[in-house]
Amino acid sequence: MPHAPEPVPSFARSRMVKGLSFVLVIALLAVLLLFPKPQSVVVPEKVQTASAVNEERHFETFIRKPAGPPSVKTGLLDPHGQPVSVACNTCHATRSPNAELRVGGNLSTFHQGLKGNHGNLTCVSCHNGNEGYQTLRLADGKSLPFTEVMQLCAQCHGPQFRDYSHGAHGGMTGYWDLTQGPRQRNNCIDCHDPHFPKYPTVRPAQGPHDRFQSSPHDQKGTGHE
Amino acid sequence: MSNKKFSLPVLGEVDRRTAVKAGAVTLGLAMLAKAIQPVMEWSSNLTADEFLQKHYKELKPKELDVVIKRLQEEALHEYGREVKIKNPQAKSGVKYAYALNLSICIGCRKCAEACHLENNHDRATHNSYIRVFEMQKGGIDFEKGNCTYDNPVPAPDKFYMPVQCQQCDNPPCVSVCPVEATWKEKDGLVVVDYNWCIGCRYCEAACPYHARRFNWTKPEISPKEINPNQGYLSNRVRPQGVMEKCTFCLHRVREGRLPACLEACPTGARVFGNILDPKSEIRWVLENKRVFVLKEELGTKPNFFYFFDK
Repeated sequence: MPHAPEPVPSFARSRMVKGLSFVLVIALLAVLLLFPKPQSVVVPEKVQTASAVNEERHFETFIRKPAGPPSVKTGLLDPHGQPVSVACNTCHATRSPNAELRVGGNLSTFHQGLKGNHGNLTCVSCHNGNEGYQTLRLADGKSLPFTEVMQLCAQCHGPQFRDYSHGAHGGMTGYWDLTQGPRQRNNCIDCHDPHFPKYPTVRPAQGPHDRFQSSPHDQKGTGHE
Repeated sequence: MSNKKFSLPVLGEVDRRTAVKAGAVTLGLAMLAKAIQPVMEWSSNLTADEFLQKHYKELKPKELDVVIKRLQEEALHEYGREVKIKNPQAKSGVKYAYALNLSICIGCRKCAEACHLENNHDRATHNSYIRVFEMQKGGIDFEKGNCTYDNPVPAPDKFYMPVQCQQCDNPPCVSVCPVEATWKEKDGLVVVDYNWCIGCRYCEAACPYHARRFNWTKPEISPKEINPNQGYLSNRVRPQGVMEKCTFCLHRVREGRLPACLEACPTGARVFGNILDPKSEIRWVLENKRVFVLKEELGTKPNFFYFFDK
């Protein structure tokens, strides 16, 4: 921000002061034109705001969200050959929830294939039996839409959620520099099956076959025997 | 002394002096031919432009444009794929750093795979800038580490440690280069001018992390698999006989994107960012996790940090 020194009256006739007052008038005009409320313009603050605007993040981080309440396949096909799925409350509206049933427990009808190993949680620890299982249930009994599942997980997994909030847990794609582009992030259940949260064992991808990969004792005919 | 006559194939009947002269000339020509043989061999796969190309740092922007245009034409000719070679520049106020959560990494080698594809590595050797070690829990002992494992991961009682270029602040690979073909950029990335490298492999020997690779053969990649988004200092297809290394995907990160290995990580073990930005994710990790660097005692000052959650 250009500063024009205050004109001193005793030098009113000097050319320098004329020039300076001209600069001052121009600067004032610029300030009036640029900022609608000149009385609020304090130079250092304005400079700060301008740089803050430059550093402001332009793009957002999108966190993937589950589609909503899941639907259960009935095993039947409709006339077009598409599988028929039903919403939770199709059955659960008329059935009373079983508070004892553990995740992965035995069921006589539906969900038999659902394997689970998530601590000592029961189904209704997380699923809201009072609302026909169309929502999730927080520990305090409040209902939570399926799309906000991360809030449910965060109740118990605080350290993971803290790390996640700081970008130190969970996969992401896109831009590290949010001034240049957006970022997409996974939510908890993209990677962890909520019923079986331990990350599964996988077959590793093929590694490079450089000659330092194997120990010298495994190699045959290297000429160093 | 008798003036004895010799009979030579082209010259016919000559005296001794002429015969010796002819012998010497023949020998001289043969030696000259042998001496200039390498030049004749070069000319078949090395153009005059390439031979006369200046060091990257001495190239004026216009000259670099010419070089890049030539390289793009060569890629089209040799690899059958239209590629775009860019030369994004380091930004002021940006220095890259990487952190890796060893509690989360499961050793699936997805990062190494992504590197292989992103950086146009030779398909036959399945080369990658990332080497993942399967380590025995209880210490960080590379003697007990194994990077050829093929068992389902994570295996019991093991942890996994991916190792790639640490982009050291005091890089031994740079100081040993006899021709200054490798250097550290302002944003912390250690790069190689593949057209200036003489392939002496001193840098490979100097790197305590074994992060540098040598192109023993001309990389073979099918046109379909070539990644056409290339950088002069990063993932353009390297010629035979030069060194190459991880640049944190310079061509991506200088455009604000995340490195390919991070995007590929299914567990989110990797954290990347600008270490000079106090609000960045990487700074949060450095300030809140107990991070360590590999072989700290060597004084290489890596910009690659490891940490455990618990």
